[in-house]
Amino acid sequence: MQEEEKYETIIVHSAVYKTEYTTKYRNRVKWEKPDENQLFSFIPGTIIDVFVKPGDVLKEGDPLLILEAMKMHNVVQMPFDGKIATVNVKTGDKIPKGSLMIEIAAKK
Amino acid sequence: MSLKRNILDLRKRKSEVLKGGGEKAIEKQVAMGKLTARERILYILDEGSFHEYDMFVEHVARDFDMDKMKLHGDGVIIGTGTINGSPVCIFAQDFTVAGGSLGLMHARKITKIMDHSLKMRVPLIGINDSGGARIQEGVNSLAGYGEIFFRNTLASGVIPQISVILGPCAGGAVYSPALTDFVFVVNNISKMFITGPGVIKTVLGEEISMEDLGGAKVHAEVTGNAHFYAESEQECFDQIKKLVSYIPWNNEQKAERIAPAEPKSKKKIENIVPADPKMPYDIRDIIKSITDNSDFFEIMEMFAPNVVIGFGRMEGETVGFVANQPKVLAGVLDCDSSDKAARFIRYCDAFNIPIITLEDLPGYLPGADQEHAGVIRHGAKILYAYSEATVAKITVIIRKAYGGGYIAMNSRHLRADFVFAWPTAEIAVMGPEGAANIVFRKEIAEAEDPEAMRQLKIQEYKDKFANPYVAASKGYIDEVIEPEDTRKMLLHALKVSANKSISGPRKKHGIPPF
Repeated sequence: MQEEEKYETIIVHSAVYKTEYTTKYRNRVKWEKPDENQLFSFIPGTIIDVFVKPGDVLKEGDPLLILEAMKMHNVVQMPFDGKIATVNVKTGDKIPKGSLMIEIAAKK
Repeated sequence: MSLKRNILDLRKRKSEVLKGGGEKAIEKQVAMGKLTARERILYILDEGSFHEYDMFVEHVARDFDMDKMKLHGDGVIIGTGTINGSPVCIFAQDFTVAGGSLGLMHARKITKIMDHSLKMRVPLIGINDSGGARIQEGVNSLAGYGEIFFRNTLASGVIPQISVILGPCAGGAVYSPALTDFVFVVNNISKMFITGPGVIKTVLGEEISMEDLGGAKVHAEVTGNAHFYAESEQECFDQIKKLVSYIPWNNEQKAERIAPAEPKSKKKIENIVPADPKMPYDIRDIIKSITDNSDFFEIMEMFAPNVVIGFGRMEGETVGFVANQPKVLAGVLDCDSSDKAARFIRYCDAFNIPIITLEDLPGYLPGADQEHAGVIRHGAKILYAYSEATVAKITVIIRKAYGGGYIAMNSRHLRADFVFAWPTAEIAVMGPEGAANIVFRKEIAEAEDPEAMRQLKIQEYKDKFANPYVAASKGYIDEVIEPEDTRKMLLHALKVSANKSISGPRKKHGIPPF
């Protein structure tokens, strides 16, 4: 059955259907559980200032950096108490949305 | 004294305006592979039928040396004409005149022809080819856009509104087409976006070409903003003429009836569909074996192709088809296909076009991406649209009608007028595989050979429920028909529904889940 081989499959309620995919379906973003220790940019913009370096131990709410976007200065804060593991941006960087800016050390 | 002098003067004035933005600008337009605004109008309308108005309108801006400029017709041509003898109102922005930019008088010309089309209850065709707001005219151009949007909304559902994107259509300008019923785009020529590539680069640091951002293909395939895609302007104009032949002039009339014809398709309808409900086929082959002359005018062919929508004719009268497409994504409903079908159902309902639904779907598409994209909210639109529609609503269940998909696809419960089912129809809460896994979970888990037990139970469920007769025994479907009789049954149902009259509770308007 050569005919069958060119089809993709879709599973709905345990039944396997032979069918074709659309480009949009192929390009869909698969969901992943977010890692709370990774701080991504929520909007594209420019890094105006970075206040922290790796190894810094900080309290929840401490300012980490300023991300300028759409003429607004957004202060990115520490989401919870912890230690900075890596800082991936420096002053002047232009970053797209969803880029990893800072990583917090995983809690033991 | 003869009038000759006055007549010659008038001719001279008109010939000046006909030059548009002048030779150089026209050369540029042609070099971009585009026709001029006037050529476009003349191509779309019947020969000799176009009559232009407001030729001598001039812009009123005086700042920034605008008083020294001469902008013929203020960059837009308006008028009336006919397509296959049917009257239409039309406007075309002239990119050769100040880039087709929209100033106060330009906008007034457009709103004038819009008011005219609404008053006369004839379709409106708008050809967009404009650099956007005329910055020198400031807030007046914003006012102009707002006046256009308001009229688009006012006329929505009263007269057909058609937008043709034949050049840039950026910023606020995109919202007029977005409010209209059908948007036509042409490869390499149409560009639509809110924010252009330049701004995106400076603000966001993302580099993207105009074509990738808002070209014809993107809108036809990804965003769903465009309904018809063409490779050339001529092909696009022929599509417009064809569309106009299928739709009525306004919401109080029916589309023009043409001479009936038998389907041309020689394929035996029952040979198109595989017996195994998990195998695909092209639902359009079924549509073509039903319609007059086997003609099917598909809308949004490239966007969400897992549902197929479009017009065909039955004994000469226009009908709208909404059909699951097993060939793509197994014909599931998802966010995009729900949007696509729901809007088309509302279009047909507004313009007195009966809706024929062909059903064969396993349900809604599973996945976190779909849930997070709001498949609940989008999927609800299809329920709303079918429930609200008062035109003739006829369903044919070909194979699968499972779960939420069964309810959504114009079921009896949403007040379908006729529900027919082929003997291959499976009307059930879900497919046998899924149902057996749940109903017989314990038996399967406790069996010595769980897989063998699972297959046994699937077969048991299949034998009992995977058919149209359980639903038929409850009156949820009206008749189980032989596939070959599909056209005959549909024609009969359409005939019986010709004078359908129902009314719901009085209300200002509903609140569909937009």
